[in-house]
Amino acid sequence: MESSKNYKVTVYVTYKESVLDPQGQAVQGAIERMGYEGIDSVRIGKYFEITAHAEDGKSLEETVDAICDKLLANPNMETYRYEITHAETDGAQA
Amino acid sequence: MSVSSPRFAVIVFPGSNCDKDLLWGIKNVAGMDAEFVRHDATSLDGFDAVLIPGGFSYGDYLRCGAIARFSPVMEEVRRFAEEGKPVFGTCNGFQILCEAGLLPGVLLRNTSLRFVCETADVEVANASTRFTSEYADGQQLRLPVAHAEGRYTVTDEELADLKANGQIAFRYAKGHNPNGSVDDIAGVTNKAGNVLGMMPHPERAVEKLLGSDDGLPFFTSLINSLQ
Repeated sequence: MESSKNYKVTVYVTYKESVLDPQGQAVQGAIERMGYEGIDSVRIGKYFEITAHAEDGKSLEETVDAICDKLLANPNMETYRYEITHAETDGAQA
Repeated sequence: MSVSSPRFAVIVFPGSNCDKDLLWGIKNVAGMDAEFVRHDATSLDGFDAVLIPGGFSYGDYLRCGAIARFSPVMEEVRRFAEEGKPVFGTCNGFQILCEAGLLPGVLLRNTSLRFVCETADVEVANASTRFTSEYADGQQLRLPVAHAEGRYTVTDEELADLKANGQIAFRYAKGHNPNGSVDDIAGVTNKAGNVLGMMPHPERAVEKLLGSDDGLPFFTSLINSLQ
């Protein structure tokens, strides 16, 4: 579609504060054993790189919200945030 | 006049690996009519109960059960459950039912970070469900567990609801919680009581030859509830 633009979407999914993350604690333990000081906590999350095309950022936001709510994050224990940026070129090709 | 037995569907996802155990238990041991139903099936017509097996559906990618939940057959399982018909999920099946929102909560990585594979001491927390009526309240069972993500997690409000509604069907025995589950929970039902998920595997404990037949009354309870 001539009017569609290309976007990059980066999604971050993280545990809610109330959720115990034993994997993060194990990583923190390793950091301490390496001798680094001052690391107070480690929480492991997920990061998604998505390329997409849409008429505009607003309609893409609606799609990304739905995908995050339904699939990428489980609202029982996770929250998400995302950034949408224009890709280098517009999607004028077929 | 022939009386036909209840008909059981055992769902098979890519990566299921306890499907044959479930079919063996319900068909060969309990003597019921049962067959496999693939993840891409679009009908559960003619079935009276649905059993969702353990395993690693879709490789546990993203989260356990997160992808299986969108399989075509799950739309049917949802409809089936909403009609009040019984749905049982063990292990990965429990994880799938939670992801699908048919059961409250979620199953997270064991606090030990270890894959636990052992025979667990499990206690019947509510013997008045359609899945547990052949047990007695407080009865001690020996049931196999085998999972890395079995830490049942709900909010404090959800936990209060579970208790108030008698939805906690099984608990690990005090001091024998293998995964860090809140309130030692091993299995829960939905509010209506027709959907049950649990991490232990009753289908792996249906013959003395397997070390325990403590899981058999689970299936006879379910069968009795259908007759």
